[in-house]
Amino acid sequence: MSTEKKKRVSSQSRNRRVSLGATYTILIILGIIWLIPLVWIVLSAFRCQYQPDGTFIGRVTSNFFPKQFGLKNFKDLFTATYYGVPGAFPRWMLNTLIIAIIDCIISTFLVLSVAYCMSKLKFKLRKTFMNVSMIIGLFPGFMSMIAIYFLLKSIGLTGNPSHPEYSVIGLVLAYSAGAGMGFQIAKGFFDVIPNALVESAKLDGCTSFKIFQRIILPLAKPIIIYQALMSFTGPWMDFIFAKVIIGADNARYWTVSVGLYSMLFGTHPDTNLFTQFAAGCVIVAIPIVTLFMFLQKYYVEGVTAGAVKG
Amino acid sequence: MGAKANKTPKNQKTGLTFVERISKSFSDFGKRFADGSPGTKLSHFIFGAGNFYHKQYIKGLIFLLLQIAILALMIFCPSINGTPYGWKALRNLSLTHVSEGGDFDPFTGQFTSGSDCKLMVLFGFVTIAMIFIYILLWNKNIQSSYKADMDRKVGKKPTTFKEDLKELLDGKFHVMMLTPTCIAATIFTILPTIFMIALAFTTYNSQDMNDLGTNLFHWNGLQNFRAVFTGEGSLGIEIKNRFLPVLGWTFIWAIFATLTCYFGGIILALLINKKGLKGKKVFRTVFIFTMAVPQFISLLAVRNLLGEYGPFNSLLMQLGWIAKPIGFLGLHPSDSEKLAKVMVILINMWVGIPYTMLMTSGILMNIPADLYEAGRVDGASTVKMFRKITLPYVIFVTTPYLISSFIGNINSFNTIFLLTGGGPTYTGYQAGGTDLLVTWLYKVTIDQGSYNTGAVIGIFTFIITATITLITYRRSKAYNEEDTFQ
Repeated sequence: MSTEKKKRVSSQSRNRRVSLGATYTILIILGIIWLIPLVWIVLSAFRCQYQPDGTFIGRVTSNFFPKQFGLKNFKDLFTATYYGVPGAFPRWMLNTLIIAIIDCIISTFLVLSVAYCMSKLKFKLRKTFMNVSMIIGLFPGFMSMIAIYFLLKSIGLTGNPSHPEYSVIGLVLAYSAGAGMGFQIAKGFFDVIPNALVESAKLDGCTSFKIFQRIILPLAKPIIIYQALMSFTGPWMDFIFAKVIIGADNARYWTVSVGLYSMLFGTHPDTNLFTQFAAGCVIVAIPIVTLFMFLQKYYVEGVTAGAVKG
Repeated sequence: MGAKANKTPKNQKTGLTFVERISKSFSDFGKRFADGSPGTKLSHFIFGAGNFYHKQYIKGLIFLLLQIAILALMIFCPSINGTPYGWKALRNLSLTHVSEGGDFDPFTGQFTSGSDCKLMVLFGFVTIAMIFIYILLWNKNIQSSYKADMDRKVGKKPTTFKEDLKELLDGKFHVMMLTPTCIAATIFTILPTIFMIALAFTTYNSQDMNDLGTNLFHWNGLQNFRAVFTGEGSLGIEIKNRFLPVLGWTFIWAIFATLTCYFGGIILALLINKKGLKGKKVFRTVFIFTMAVPQFISLLAVRNLLGEYGPFNSLLMQLGWIAKPIGFLGLHPSDSEKLAKVMVILINMWVGIPYTMLMTSGILMNIPADLYEAGRVDGASTVKMFRKITLPYVIFVTTPYLISSFIGNINSFNTIFLLTGGGPTYTGYQAGGTDLLVTWLYKVTIDQGSYNTGAVIGIFTFIITATITLITYRRSKAYNEEDTFQ
């Protein structure tokens, strides 16, 4: 009896060990597949290969692992002239940083204020506002992109020959102005905050503003961080809107992603710039990935708040 | 059932139908004009008059200044780049042939040159928005004066400006919080969308206009929509021959992209959360890491990795499996379209699975453990428990996400644009083998300057996404019981 039981237990545990082993194997293989392209980009960034005649090989090569390593790509990236702009890459980084910070502040503020109204206040046009924002959200974003360009151009905030730098303001407006319409995720989060909390504060004579400031905001830290993270990283990732709004011939005021994309696919694409492109990617990715990793918890919270309740 | 039962009392709560509401607003209007003080009566013509009558000077002044500003804009028609606002903009908008120009001289019957049709249409809509704002202000100013009348009647003092400001922080807090978004979204989201919809009914096509040597266009009704069937117009052949294939592929893509990422993500989450597995955090971090990298970096990396001279092709050649490089991503017109389609769906799994994994991990941990326990006692296999317990639970919780991710995939620009650029291309056509409606829209507007055709494609995309949303989302619990969560 007891030996039989032991046998069963041992066969069960063997089964479990086998299935665990299989899980490990699958996960490790998947992990490698998921990391290969990123590892390759990092390796390419540090690649420093020369042809026999001494010319630098910057294009995509057939070898996965570089034969020589070096920092030449990074050095070139920071000093080279792209699209007639000397020191273009640091300039693009700076542009993007400025745009991202302003966009982050404005967008987060707008989203939170709209989400709070939609979730915790009662007023006449509430449902109408939600329906309009849903309908507008169903139009492809690219459709309005060109109209926004015309609009900004007509008030001189882009394509302005005497003030090309105004296009940065135009881009910030284009990024952040519509942000309030994307309140759904934050609203989902606010909805979970118990109404009893708000009601009891109201009975104590708190104004709606006080409730927002003293009760909602402190509880909303995860969603504030999520929104800030999303709006801050947005400008680093977008390469189409920025190019259309700022203009293809205004290279000095491009964001970094437009610049990097244009190295490979712009009006003067240069396949030999691939390793420099890779170096640029590494530099852009480091701060963003670090931010994501540090704020992972909040990101997950935001993603689930938005996904589950819609 | 539950949703339906919930609906009836809600409709009763809102009470009035649209017609009733309009008739009520008219009767309100008549009542206010008849019962109101002289100030209120005057408010119907001069904004803020009623507020001045009740000594609410600051409020009255704000209303008055706004009225003067809008009226001045309407009458004097300031112009930008030779294109006027105001009544002239409305007239420009109403001309069937906007084509003739911007500023119109009634004496000569001629248009001044150097005008820009797109600005005329744009400013026309801005002016219409202004008129709406004017009507809104008009209503508000009468209401405000009438309210002061009523306060007086019951022996209260009309509110002071300070009290009004205080009210903005409490009872009217939503006004303060929503105004910035309303203004910004009207200018930068709603107006541009309406403008682009309007362009679908014009001849605004840079190529045609270049050929004709003009920067002017005119309204042409439903001609651009008819081109889908008839093939008329400069991009007519393109839209006639390519519309259905692109539409079909958009659907196939959206279905496959949604389902593969969804189930792939759930399976990955199950694998990572397996009992007894060590290093959960490491595995999770690996997948989150790939998500954190901007898409234009990771997707362009994949594109080059699979490229003609890239490491993957050369590996396959070294292994002797292929003789010459394969065009995985349809970057050359001669490449296989089917292969490119399969590849984008596969690579999209690489992009989307970590996201679903992250989202479902939390949900999986919330499944009551005794459900599995019961299943195990009944001798259910792992696969069976997945099918009977895990999947129904996860699907139930994530239906809204499934819908929104399907719509997101219909509008998924980055994956296609960065990987294949829509290729393999067909000579003579803009839309390639893997182009979705959105990427086609992009090519047609930004590359070709065919704004009218682009707008038609955009409207079709909207119709599709709106239909899906209407059918599924409005029926869902999340929408109908939205305010029960409060």
